[in-house]
Amino acid sequence: MEQLKKNIKAIGLPRIIIVAFLFVLIILAVVQQQNMGTLASDVLVRFGMNMVLSLAMLPAVMAGTGMNYGLPVGLLCGILGGLVSIEIGFRGGVGLVMAMVIAIPLAIAAGYLYGKLINAVQGDEMMVGTYVGYAVVSLMCMGWLILPFKDPAMIWPIGGSGSGLRSTITLSDNYDGILNNLFAFEIGGVTVPTGLILFGLIACGLVYLFSRSKTGICLKAVGDNPRFAVASGISVKKSRMIGTILSTVLGAVGIIVYAQSFGFYQLYNAPLNMAFPPVAAVLLGGATGRVCKISHVILGTFLFQALLTIALPVANQLMPEGGLSEVIRIVVSNGIILYALTQSGGEGDA
Amino acid sequence: MNENTPVLSMQNIEKAYYGNKVLKGVSLEVMPGEIHAICGENGAGKSTLMNILFGMPVIHNTGGFSGTISMDGEQVSIKHPSDAMKLGIGMVHQEFMLIPGFSIAENIKLNREPRKNGLLSTIFGKKLQKLDEDKMKSDSRAALDKLGLDVDEDIPVAGLPVGYMQFIEIAREIDKENVKVLVFDEPTAVLTESEAASLLAAMKKLAAEGVGILFISHRLDEVIDAADKVTIMRDGTWITTLNKKDTTMEHIAELMVGRKIDLSQKEESAKIDTSKVALSIRNMKVAMPGEVVRGLDLDVYKGEILGLGGLAGQGKIGVANGLMGIYPTEGEIMVGDKKLTLNNPKASIEAKLSFVSEDRRGVGLIPDTSIEMNMVIPAIVNQNRFLKKFGFMSQYDADAIRKNAENYIKELDIRCTGPTQPVRRLSGGNQQKVCIARALLLQPDVLLISEPTRGIDVGAKSLVLDTVVKLNKEYGLTVIMTSSELAELRLICDRIAIVTGGKITDILKPDDSDAKFGMAMSGISGKDGE
Repeated sequence: MEQLKKNIKAIGLPRIIIVAFLFVLIILAVVQQQNMGTLASDVLVRFGMNMVLSLAMLPAVMAGTGMNYGLPVGLLCGILGGLVSIEIGFRGGVGLVMAMVIAIPLAIAAGYLYGKLINAVQGDEMMVGTYVGYAVVSLMCMGWLILPFKDPAMIWPIGGSGSGLRSTITLSDNYDGILNNLFAFEIGGVTVPTGLILFGLIACGLVYLFSRSKTGICLKAVGDNPRFAVASGISVKKSRMIGTILSTVLGAVGIIVYAQSFGFYQLYNAPLNMAFPPVAAVLLGGATGRVCKISHVILGTFLFQALLTIALPVANQLMPEGGLSEVIRIVVSNGIILYALTQSGGEGDA
Repeated sequence: MNENTPVLSMQNIEKAYYGNKVLKGVSLEVMPGEIHAICGENGAGKSTLMNILFGMPVIHNTGGFSGTISMDGEQVSIKHPSDAMKLGIGMVHQEFMLIPGFSIAENIKLNREPRKNGLLSTIFGKKLQKLDEDKMKSDSRAALDKLGLDVDEDIPVAGLPVGYMQFIEIAREIDKENVKVLVFDEPTAVLTESEAASLLAAMKKLAAEGVGILFISHRLDEVIDAADKVTIMRDGTWITTLNKKDTTMEHIAELMVGRKIDLSQKEESAKIDTSKVALSIRNMKVAMPGEVVRGLDLDVYKGEILGLGGLAGQGKIGVANGLMGIYPTEGEIMVGDKKLTLNNPKASIEAKLSFVSEDRRGVGLIPDTSIEMNMVIPAIVNQNRFLKKFGFMSQYDADAIRKNAENYIKELDIRCTGPTQPVRRLSGGNQQKVCIARALLLQPDVLLISEPTRGIDVGAKSLVLDTVVKLNKEYGLTVIMTSSELAELRLICDRIAIVTGGKITDILKPDDSDAKFGMAMSGISGKDGE
């Protein structure tokens, strides 16, 4: 009994509840005779394509700025990088790499400015971050219209030569699914997107190595106890700046990975609420506003995406009335996010 | 009322926090119209006694107390601050409990506002009665006049000088109709001399009207000036109650400090070599809230243990924090023959200063992180030790860190389950040793150690102190030890500098008389020109 209690404490009650919920859904799906092979493949794909985005939360939490609700700053840099790479004419694998190569310096610059702001509002990072996200997304809504992109595949076919970027930019004849299909194999009706998951795990590995470096230790000390850090001769502002920049860069890389799997870059209002699923994922994984580990990122992303992927077809079949599916999608995903946010107080001993 | 019945009588009060006795049978009587001073060092139990008198929740949440409290000869039970107020006990707080945006009158009548009926209250009942502003003003005026404070009761409290705020607090208490006992908890600590003088005058005026006054102060000259009787407490015990006319400032000081100290424990210290100055401080000012240093001069000689003593809030804690660059600092500080870059913790660490903070949990440790990482972080960050280089990347050297932690655990006898145990789970004494290990790991020339024994049990105390002495003797480490416990300073230090009002009042030898220490702590310099 004691041992059981200890185990429950180690895993955390929220995770047990979520896993139980997931099992109920899986059983329901089996009963409904859903195509389990497709569902499992979808879960793996969504897990892989969201991993880097969730990982972006880690440096921010580590440096003590809390969850990075300003993630759209990074997302926009990533999208811009992707679009520029297409405009220049890079295609396929080179296009994907070039998208990142272009996006990363943009993200460093944007992260620097965002970090300046974060350092000016110590204590309110999450609230301010949320609104920074909203503000830059709206700003870029104008940007997408006036930026001088010329590729006819990307701009509205209106006026003489056309102007203004389309709201979705397809990657179908470009690097759509290039990571997903890399080393992909099928086993028992389940397609495993090896390349995609590998990329996510490598990113996690790099962040793990970073956390063990001198800079990483500084970040962690600042996040755990800023006063200790000051007394130890660590610059709190610099560390928070590094954490913010890193988080923004991971956001930029994350959205490019996400887009290659999704098949589209989504512009305009699409990035508006994209900070919430990664936040919810790491919180479900056991992270708090102060502690976030790689294990939280991987476990949380998997649980969150698995729940979303399985809940929708199951709910659709339970309530097959036409317009309800979209409503249910919103209720389920926001419900899970809400539940995750209520857990953000943390359990101390996790 | 019989003139011989004390208005307040506390008998045999005992109180323990988690098995640690902080009051051991304290008794106290206050006559109507008497000013009764309570003197004692920090931690003597004065505030606990006052918390009991006010029925503060902290007392009843920790198991209550034993002993009896009577007012006007009748035993009373005070379970909550509202009980105390009903019984006519008033308190002038050390920190101002005033609402800045409210006017003086509103603050004075806060939560006791006179009310009158209006339109809304005739419909919706008492909850919506109007405030009787005229009565509020006239009542406040009367209370302010009683104190001789000539200020418009309509102006807001925000922006008033602190002295005025103190008087408004008092006005609020005396405005309560049935006030019988008023407690002044260090009322003059934030006042200028002239303000303090008029406060004492007001206090005497109130006493003349028959209010019993309990007066807590560290300023012995005020005690002698104002009080009729003086009760002295030490380590939670009642020492004595004296009539003012039977005593002197020196006598009170001696009784306050007077611990029998076993000086035999300290070996005859070798003559301090005053030729080599390890640290010289000139006109140091540190803006540390609550521990402000105001122009302090001090020389620390190589190889000595220098004690910094003094009462809480006088600035002794600020010295080490200023040297480490943690709080904004001005002045000229030389470490050896190099000038120290101020306000830069990294520069201080590079100058071979190393700090064990008085705030162990707040500054000293990362509570949820392992013992080994707590020890090495400053060494990694400032001295690039325990790192392996891989091109431009570095990785910490887990093996070296583990080995180092094991060494210190053995050397300092840290009781733990292993180097990876989170420091939060260690006892206070063992946490302190982790802090000391970290400070030593930086290979300092001067070790600053503040309140090393605060909040740790007696056994661990002597271990920590022994460690400090050992380091000093074996490695010739210069130590500046800041402590509120005079006894432990006198036990291990070569010289003890007493800080009062942000300056050194006196530098004493450990075997100087209790009276000398007491006088220095109340701000009276023993020597000329020091």
